[in-house]
Amino acid sequence: MDFDRTAEYVQHHSEAEGKAQRKTIWVIFWVLLGITGVEVTLGLVWQDLGLAWPFVKWTFIILTLIKAYYIVAYYMHLKHEYKNFIYMVALPYIVLAVYLIVMMLTEAIYVHDTHGLL
Amino acid sequence: MAGHSPSIDSKTLWGGGSSPFNVSYGKIMMWFFLVSDAFTFSGLLVSYGFMRHSFAESWPVAERVFTHFPFMHGDHPLLYVALMTFILIMSSVTMVLAVEAGHRMDKKNVIKWMAWTIVGGLIFVGSQAWEWYHFIHGTELGAYQLADGTIVQWVDAAKESFYLPGKELVMVSGTEAATMLKGGVEVYGANLTVNEYGLPLFGDFFFFITGFHGTHVFSGVVLNFIIFVNVLKGTYEKRGHYEMVEKVGLYWHFVDLVWVFVFTFFYLV
Repeated sequence: MDFDRTAEYVQHHSEAEGKAQRKTIWVIFWVLLGITGVEVTLGLVWQDLGLAWPFVKWTFIILTLIKAYYIVAYYMHLKHEYKNFIYMVALPYIVLAVYLIVMMLTEAIYVHDTHGLL
Repeated sequence: MAGHSPSIDSKTLWGGGSSPFNVSYGKIMMWFFLVSDAFTFSGLLVSYGFMRHSFAESWPVAERVFTHFPFMHGDHPLLYVALMTFILIMSSVTMVLAVEAGHRMDKKNVIKWMAWTIVGGLIFVGSQAWEWYHFIHGTELGAYQLADGTIVQWVDAAKESFYLPGKELVMVSGTEAATMLKGGVEVYGANLTVNEYGLPLFGDFFFFITGFHGTHVFSGVVLNFIIFVNVLKGTYEKRGHYEMVEKVGLYWHFVDLVWVFVFTFFYLV
């Protein structure tokens, strides 16, 4: 297949590089598992510890974003692509997702506050 | 990891003849698809957030909904879904190990790790089926729908006093409870119109979002299986590279990524 130029961009690496990569993979695995463990534990004990719900909620959200970063950056390898490729994939998504969230939740709170009034 | 430097000057990069991103066509298209798919899931999760915020007081508390665990009695909130999350993270690890083995043209290890990834995916889909079964089937005690449509939860098997919906447990008992219970109906389990755990909307979103995610996991397993067969047949060995494993790997990690968010916004927050 002459038109298939995939082979030009394929990545290969040696046994030694592979060893280093496998180490990174397992380190990230323990990070992801640890974060999940913290989330579940916090979910079970936050009331007993007397923590305030908004604090717990934002802890969950921040931990989730950290997990997402590690999956995309390392497992999906995005961190090691060219910068312009990273921007092309990540920026449109982040900008529009943040916009969507802010817009819809603002509306939701308005709808909540005006239930039965309109 | 693979260290290609991004320091090529832009004339060479964008001058034609090669990919300015140093990424193959197929992989770029997989990324574009994933971005669009991410928007679909964002739409679903944000609409979930919208409904949840507009019905803040009466929204069911997930901790009181998903409390079952196989072969164990009593309440075990979060445990089962934590196990499902662990399985999916684990299968993400085996997937990335398969990709790594592919970079070394190590066919034997690609086969091994792909096989484990498929097994993990099947266990996850099976776990989800189990969870759906319990959600649809409901609890032994059931719940009660008052005449105005509000779902209340029984305090005990006597079915004389109940809790009102909401994060704070407000108990109603005695004659007040008896008056409120008039004209209502008992409900068991959940479907698209009735939901013993609270607002029917909660059930709708549960079925839709976890169903949509489960469909992704299932198609991921199918795609992984097709690639797995090709690996066995030696297709990629002959081709000289395992980039197809990398592409399904991207899709598989994306499925894991979505679950991270579903887990947080459906079960934790």
